Amino acid sequence: PFKRYVEIGRIALVNYGKDYGKLVVIVDVIDQNRALVDAPDMVRGQMNFKRLTLTDIKIDIKRVPNKKTLIAAMEAADVKNKWENSSWGRKLIVQKKRASLNDFDRFKIMLAKIKKAGVVRQELAKLKKEATA
Amino acid sequence: MAPQQRKPHVCRNPDLIRGVGKYSRSKMYHKRGLWAIKAKNGGAFPKHEKKAAAAAPAEKPPKFYPADDVKKPLVNKRKARPTKLRASITPGTVLIILAGRFKGKRVVFLKQLTSGLLLVTGPFKINGVPLRRVNQSYVIVTSTKVDVSAVNVEKFDDKYFGKKVEKKKKKGEGEFFEAEKEEKNVLPQDKKDDQKSVDAALIQSIEAVPDLKSYLGARFSLKAGMKPHELVF
Repeated sequence: PFKRYVEIGRIALVNYGKDYGKLVVIVDVIDQNRALVDAPDMVRGQMNFKRLTLTDIKIDIKRVPNKKTLIAAMEAADVKNKWENSSWGRKLIVQKKRASLNDFDRFKIMLAKIKKAGVVRQELAKLKKEATA
Repeated sequence: MAPQQRKPHVCRNPDLIRGVGKYSRSKMYHKRGLWAIKAKNGGAFPKHEKKAAAAAPAEKPPKFYPADDVKKPLVNKRKARPTKLRASITPGTVLIILAGRFKGKRVVFLKQLTSGLLLVTGPFKINGVPLRRVNQSYVIVTSTKVDVSAVNVEKFDDKYFGKKVEKKKKKGEGEFFEAEKEEKNVLPQDKKDDQKSVDAALIQSIEAVPDLKSYLGARFSLKAGMKPHELVF
């Protein structure tokens, strides 16, 4: 029934707090509720599991590695690319892009959407014509 | 100060913390060279003679004292200044007008006038907004910028936009009505020419950017799902 487990090396996404949106590695388990968590760009610290959402990605590390070892292991497992190619990661990237759009960008997107819909409709009309013919 | 290049003088007595200087009074006396000035002057600090005070004209006692004390208005040393321009507004920025006849129109900012109002133009050919003044408070600033280096806006000021003062003429009733009809609708040709000259250079730089022309021609409106506090302009 469970597929993603809390284990040393599990990559998790922070969903609450100062580091919201960051990918972190679970580096040790402190007690039933908290884990020791680390990421290449943050100081290693504790986090409640409720603040984490587990992902599918796991890296191969021993309990509480050095920062250097941690970064090397993350490079070896290619966490960044795996995340950015996963559907979850892509969704988050698209959300961020949409939120940062300029008024002019929104206008250009509207034009593009209309154009695309026009092309689709033309194709559909062609197919419909062939179907009835 | 001589207009030559001089290094700005570092203060002689830097603060250790606020209120406490690095050097004591005696040390500062020495640093300022007061001993040398005194020595040059023969033992005492050089003094100016006081200028003989000009004899104030003898004031006559007033003939009239008001029955109750008259309050004097408080001193007000404030100066009228043009409204502080938001840092995001630079010449060439696209603004969205929020109120008035042109609400929703996206418009190019030219300069801030001395009254604090913003001088703005459609350009007229693109969206029908002429050279116009707009208040900064009724405007959303977008981060889109247009190149306005080729535009000369020196000659426009608040007087250019003021209402024309009509000369009061004493005339009979018949001529009075005719005169009113004439002066109403005509926009003087020189204003139209000004509009054209400002817009010519602007439109060229606008057409250089794809879609910008239709962007400026379209009005802005909030659609379903748009949250103004989350939108990035």
